[in-house]
Amino acid sequence: MLAIDVLLDKIDLTAVLIVLFKVVVVFIIGLVATMFMVWFERKIISGMQNRIGPNKAGPFGILQTLADGIKLFFKEDLLPDRADRFVFRLAPFLAFVPAFLVWSIIPLGGDFTNGKGGAIKIFGRYTLVQLADPPIGVLLLLALSGIAVYGIMLAGWSSGSKYPLLGSVRASAQMVSYEAALGLSIAAVLLVAGTLSTNGIVAVQTSLSKWHVVATGVVPFVIFLIAATAELNRPPFDLVEAEQELVGGFNTEYSSLRFALFFLAEFMNTVTMSAVIVTLFFGGPQPLKFEQGSLHFNGNLHLGVLNGTVWFIAKLFVFLYIYVWFRATLPRLRYDQLMNLGWKVLIPASLGWFMLLAAQRVATDNNWNKWAVSIISIAILGVCGLLLMAATRASAKNREREGAMF
Amino acid sequence: MGLKPKVPGLVKGLGVTFNTMMNTFKNGSNTVQYPHEKEAPPVRARGVIALREDNCTSCMLCARSCPDWCIYIEGHKELAPPRRAGGAPRKVNKLDRFDIDYALCMYCGICVEVCPFDALFWSPEYEYSEPKIADLLHDKTKLGEWMETVPEAPELEVGADKKGKK
Repeated sequence: MLAIDVLLDKIDLTAVLIVLFKVVVVFIIGLVATMFMVWFERKIISGMQNRIGPNKAGPFGILQTLADGIKLFFKEDLLPDRADRFVFRLAPFLAFVPAFLVWSIIPLGGDFTNGKGGAIKIFGRYTLVQLADPPIGVLLLLALSGIAVYGIMLAGWSSGSKYPLLGSVRASAQMVSYEAALGLSIAAVLLVAGTLSTNGIVAVQTSLSKWHVVATGVVPFVIFLIAATAELNRPPFDLVEAEQELVGGFNTEYSSLRFALFFLAEFMNTVTMSAVIVTLFFGGPQPLKFEQGSLHFNGNLHLGVLNGTVWFIAKLFVFLYIYVWFRATLPRLRYDQLMNLGWKVLIPASLGWFMLLAAQRVATDNNWNKWAVSIISIAILGVCGLLLMAATRASAKNREREGAMF
Repeated sequence: MGLKPKVPGLVKGLGVTFNTMMNTFKNGSNTVQYPHEKEAPPVRARGVIALREDNCTSCMLCARSCPDWCIYIEGHKELAPPRRAGGAPRKVNKLDRFDIDYALCMYCGICVEVCPFDALFWSPEYEYSEPKIADLLHDKTKLGEWMETVPEAPELEVGADKKGKK
């Protein structure tokens, strides 16, 4: 027999078809969600500015994105003379493909009751409602968002023009510095969950008190939310595009389909990042459930297979709304403010909180007094924080003496 | 530290946008979908300038004060019957041409202000765009037709001098 048959030992046609079906469904859900997100954002922002928003194409203007997309396809595809032709063509895909790949590890639904681990039965087989559940799940997410930086950076660099270059320089600095805070707040979740697999992370969060937003204290969630906004280049951290300063930022020289890919990737990333927040901190497709004395609530909607998906979408909406809300409200940060927030506030805070959680974990493992350990570690972290503040203040004073701007 | 997190202001801002959104969804937006529904401009809006031909003496003050020279006036003198029997015939100015070129007009309103005989008025009408730019030159018949759209002059304020400009 052929060697390949050993690898495909337990894989028959049904299994392959189920995977293919899931690939198609996830891809379509991704595209439709992005289309919907663009419409949702425009509609909500128009509401916040007392306008109507798109209302011509389709019911409530929901097909506006489709119309815009079709228009973009028929536009002229420009290639600047001074552009690096290969990299210029490659960059949109480097931004677009990772945005789609992140979808594959998000649990989109499933039955997590009674320790079923999110498997549902279709075509006589148990399968997860997510495209793939690699053991390194969350690391894959971080790696893909790292690749997405290249897309933006190379797009700006290969355009052969100054504004895109400035935009991409900002992009690389911003995304690299906020990725540290992002990773550290994810580390806090991983410490509590004890697994990297996204399915495992969701399976741990069985009730409200075990949702990681509560289990890790609210701090990692807040840091993650802010760092994710910066990672997405969404307002108030949209220095990469900064229309008023940089024309369009990294995508100034792009047009037609290539621009559409960047645009799609940006909104796709917003949806996936919201989905990641829901997965990491809010129990993904787990229904809301808490039992505290006489107060108890079970969010099981008795919809069978769809139960998890409905909860997932409901939670997703909250975060999509929050991102739109931020965009409509907050003015853009100045560049030095952005870097100060990232390096002097978010990274120390997430690192300190991570160490606090680690200390508590060690204390429970060794049967030490949990309260004593917590108080001592908080005191140490407080001293460290004061030292950090003193250090930044001293360096600010030095720079002022030297006459530097920031 | 260079950046102090200003949480109250941030939350306040989020509240403002949220309230605006709820208000928009409840009461509808301020947008007027113009070609389908007409927006009512304020009474004293500067839409188009109307001409009351009888009052005009072709004194040319408006044409001379116009910053971009968009008013064209031509006239001649005519003899009119005397006021009393046996008197000499009066000389009156007759308008031959009074054109305003709205392709040039910048709606400053100086001509309306400067007219000593109340021959020019503001009307809030604004729907007179044309496919051909030459058609924006309104002659005296067309300017006269705009008189119908001129709103009544607002009541004078208490204590205002009624003997002033009529």
